[in-house]
Amino acid sequence: MNDITHRPKKLKIATTSLAGCFGCHMSFLDIDERILPLLDLIEFDRSPITDIKHCGPCDIGLIEGGICNAENVHVLREFRRNCKILISIGACAVTGGLPAQRNHLDLGSCLTEVYLTEPGLAHGHIPNDPELPLPLDKVHPLHEVVKIDYFIPGCPPSGDAIWKFLTDLIAGKTPELGHGLIKYD
Amino acid sequence: MNDTFQLDGASVPFAPGQTVMQAALAAGHYIPHLCYHPEFKPHGSCKLCTVKIGNHTAASCTMPAEAGLEIESDIEELNALRRTLVQMLFAEGNHFCPSCEKSGNCVLQALGYDLEVHTAGFRHMYPDRPLDASHPEILLDFNRCVLCELCVRASGEVDGKSVFALAGRGITKHLIVNSASGLLKDTNIALTDKAMEVCPVGVILKKRVGFSKPIGERRYDQRPISAQALDDAPRTPTGAKHE
Repeated sequence: MNDITHRPKKLKIATTSLAGCFGCHMSFLDIDERILPLLDLIEFDRSPITDIKHCGPCDIGLIEGGICNAENVHVLREFRRNCKILISIGACAVTGGLPAQRNHLDLGSCLTEVYLTEPGLAHGHIPNDPELPLPLDKVHPLHEVVKIDYFIPGCPPSGDAIWKFLTDLIAGKTPELGHGLIKYD
Repeated sequence: MNDTFQLDGASVPFAPGQTVMQAALAAGHYIPHLCYHPEFKPHGSCKLCTVKIGNHTAASCTMPAEAGLEIESDIEELNALRRTLVQMLFAEGNHFCPSCEKSGNCVLQALGYDLEVHTAGFRHMYPDRPLDASHPEILLDFNRCVLCELCVRASGEVDGKSVFALAGRGITKHLIVNSASGLLKDTNIALTDKAMEVCPVGVILKKRVGFSKPIGERRYDQRPISAQALDDAPRTPTGAKHE
């Protein structure tokens, strides 16, 4: 007898990296072969893994990286609109992280130094292509822009931490990391 | 026969003059704390060690132990407040752990781990306090200071040098260096000073030794602070050694 109709509906998960380095996505892939049993429970919507460009209605959204430009804000809001549960993953999404270390500097002087006055940058210019998203004056963690439901700290969180968090969540439990899995570095 | 008080239902013996914190740690009961250090006079400022006695609360590091007290500490009501205190400290300073030499050995970080703090929650303030790298062997990063005054106490009470002090009030309160120039190079601080070893976070750093221990071998990688703090606590005649 075909039991396919009795299988629980797979949860839809979308992932993206904003002002991040994709390190958290690499760490996600560190769950290794456990991705196979995971795929019995979930399917990916928008994600670098599927290359789908826009997020449809999803159960869970995982976002790494903070908010450093106008496009980041746009993508973050698209995820918030579509995801029942939105998770900040990694130091940059949770705290602003490395990109936020520019927050005490003036954005104009940062751009000037990087593109104009650094030695070896003869004839340089500040990129001004209209397709480039405008940088924000400060870098923000995600929870300063939209409501975030859960946070997985770490730079990056380990594959084991991501696995524990997701499997707790999928099982309907409040996710807990505990000693050894919770880390900020 | 010793006097005892009750801590989360357990009987804790104490000697006259001991605080609740001292007696609890000596008997193998952990109460979260940040500004308390067994070797110094209690400060009572971080409030992480707040416990409940009936309907009122008190900092257990400054509260004298009394026979018959019924004290609650490890309850969700207090742990939720402790979590908020840790979150506020994370949001107020620049605690970007991945770039901090103290990571893995940091009391604030270890408290965050132990209390399952996943986010600072509040709006980060990203302070911009200039570093003091003037000293040839010591670096000061004031952006990480939690105002526990442990360096102030160590430098004043143990080293007899009073190199550090807190200045200002409220949100502008900050750590200062006691020299005419305000720079560390113009003090008589030495690497062997007690003040060099007590900073719970990454403010006072010895230069050129950062990241020497790999991840996995640092102080709080192996054991959570709730276990480590009991190992560090001095035993007293009244305190039965915990298993």
